[in-house]
Amino acid sequence: MSVSPALLEVEDLVVRYPIHRGLVGSATRQPRRNVHAVEGVSLSLGRGEMLALVGESGCGKTTTAQAVLRLVDPVSGSIRFEGRDLVPLGSRELRPLRRRIQVVYQDPYESLDPRFRVRAAVEEPLLIHRLGGSKVERAQRVRDALVRVELSPPELYLDRYPHELSGGQRQRVAIAAALALEPDVLVADEPVSMLDVSVRAGVLNVLDGLRREGLAILMITHDLSTAVRFAQRIAVMYLGRIVEEGPATSVVRNPQHPYTKALLSVVPRRDPRDRQRPQILRGETPDAVAIPTGCRFHPRCPVAIERCAVEDPALAQPAAAEDGHRAACLLLPSR
Amino acid sequence: MTAPLLQIEDLHVWFDLEDGGELHAVQGVNLSLEPGERLGLVGESGCGKTTTALAIMGLLPPSASVSGRVLLDGEDILAGGEAAIRPHRWVDIAIVFQGAMNSLNPVRRIGDQIVEALELHGRAKGDTARARTSELLESVGVPAGRASRYPHELSGGMRQRAAIAMALSCNPRVLIADEPTTALDVMVQAQILELLDGLCRDFELALVLVTHDLPVVAQLCNRCAVMYAGEIVERGPLETLYHEPGHPYTRMLFAASPDLGMGDEPMLSIPGAPPRLDRPIDGCPFRARCDSAFADCIVRPRLLPIGEGHDAACHLNTRVPA
Repeated sequence: MSVSPALLEVEDLVVRYPIHRGLVGSATRQPRRNVHAVEGVSLSLGRGEMLALVGESGCGKTTTAQAVLRLVDPVSGSIRFEGRDLVPLGSRELRPLRRRIQVVYQDPYESLDPRFRVRAAVEEPLLIHRLGGSKVERAQRVRDALVRVELSPPELYLDRYPHELSGGQRQRVAIAAALALEPDVLVADEPVSMLDVSVRAGVLNVLDGLRREGLAILMITHDLSTAVRFAQRIAVMYLGRIVEEGPATSVVRNPQHPYTKALLSVVPRRDPRDRQRPQILRGETPDAVAIPTGCRFHPRCPVAIERCAVEDPALAQPAAAEDGHRAACLLLPSR
Repeated sequence: MTAPLLQIEDLHVWFDLEDGGELHAVQGVNLSLEPGERLGLVGESGCGKTTTALAIMGLLPPSASVSGRVLLDGEDILAGGEAAIRPHRWVDIAIVFQGAMNSLNPVRRIGDQIVEALELHGRAKGDTARARTSELLESVGVPAGRASRYPHELSGGMRQRAAIAMALSCNPRVLIADEPTTALDVMVQAQILELLDGLCRDFELALVLVTHDLPVVAQLCNRCAVMYAGEIVERGPLETLYHEPGHPYTRMLFAASPDLGMGDEPMLSIPGAPPRLDRPIDGCPFRARCDSAFADCIVRPRLLPIGEGHDAACHLNTRVPA
């Protein structure tokens, strides 16, 4: 365990979205219902670290990220940045902190304004935050940001429009725009899933380089292959909970939770000789409105026992796992 | 020797551009497919793989002109235009698209769409068609009760299954699946791949899996054709392509695909971008991005046999050691 406090620390985060009952629903006094998007998530992220938040659609990984960005309001829990809880802060107090936690989205075709040249797209955040000093200094910061994402020499790109760039180059511009504010934390929400395979590695290597320089990265992804290659830690989410979490290689090579095991078994391997028997879970991504009792994974779990329908397991370190590797399963003997 | 089930010979596709130019999207593709075979057609976006698939189906827009031959049981279904392809489309060759949204009509119940497909092709009528629809849906893992749902009421995985059910309604012998799992979660992807695998095995269905995702092909297919800039640059058994690639593009594509078993080895991207297809290509189309280009590459290489069922279009294979 590191001695210094983590840069970002999320504790017992709960986010629910109310479901609108509609006029008839409220007139007939139907009970209010919620989507339980995130139900008690804790995680920590240090400088120079990439944490991959992995799981299927609807597991709450993006909601967790949005809460960290303070784009949605949690029902409870805390989000401490350098020890200071962001949850009770109002928009005025948040403003100076927002520049320090930046985000890159999945689709660089959507996230860049088609009418903005690269120069303007990267400068815009500086103008909004009234940062970067004089016009000349701002121009320098824009250049520096482009160089950091390996769009160099920057002169080649400054005056281009998004449509004149490839998908990979657009995503680099989006990263540069986030970097212009010199953030401490970067949330990357599926940063390469829209890109061609041939350019994904380039963008991921850029993020890896930034991490090595000290940036803390929270990467949301459904791709375990990418997670194990680039992240230091992996947290696997299922239905609003983290079910397993630990050092990336430990989670992938020595998975403990039945859900992680199943998820890993269905990841296609590039070597046809590595074809393995996938352990396919039946049914669909579960409904976050009606959460199962006990362990929320038990209805799809291949090894569930009766107790799993009653008892809700907490994250703990299994006997067979290394330090800092935790899983939430009743069937795992703990230390 | 009997003709292969499906054979594509020297297929070319050009698109008319608004500025009066032409885009040569497919530049002489040759492929053959046997019953029950699973062929992966892979490459980056814009390499011509989807255009090839649409050309086989005769579904290209009017702005496209096509040349070459598409032989089904030895009979050319391309030369006779729409009249020649219509009796075979959906009946012998069917296609499903990414996310199923292009396969299904969003404003009609999925059951009705499948019934219509059955009736249109004279496969069944009325109650028989309804019963067959339920059967088809169940066979791909959609509960028959969902027949009355609209596409948007189904999850992505269920929608893709329904699209597959519709494509199978006339018992085709060839199924073209264009990025069938691209927008899906890994677990749902695994379910769809398992379904396609079972269909190929149980019904001797021949599959053409069009995708940019090599690991998905490695999971499901036995043969693979790699497309680049409108042509096939390498084809052969998948194991051979992975372990002994005959084209640097194939090698670099595999190296750019992340894998669970990767250690600290660098994950490489392929520098640059594919050449524009609206102007003539000079020399090997990959040479500007290739890590092994040499003097000979100013001449465009042809696809030549380099091993058992293994062809590649690269001068490295015929290079005389100095």
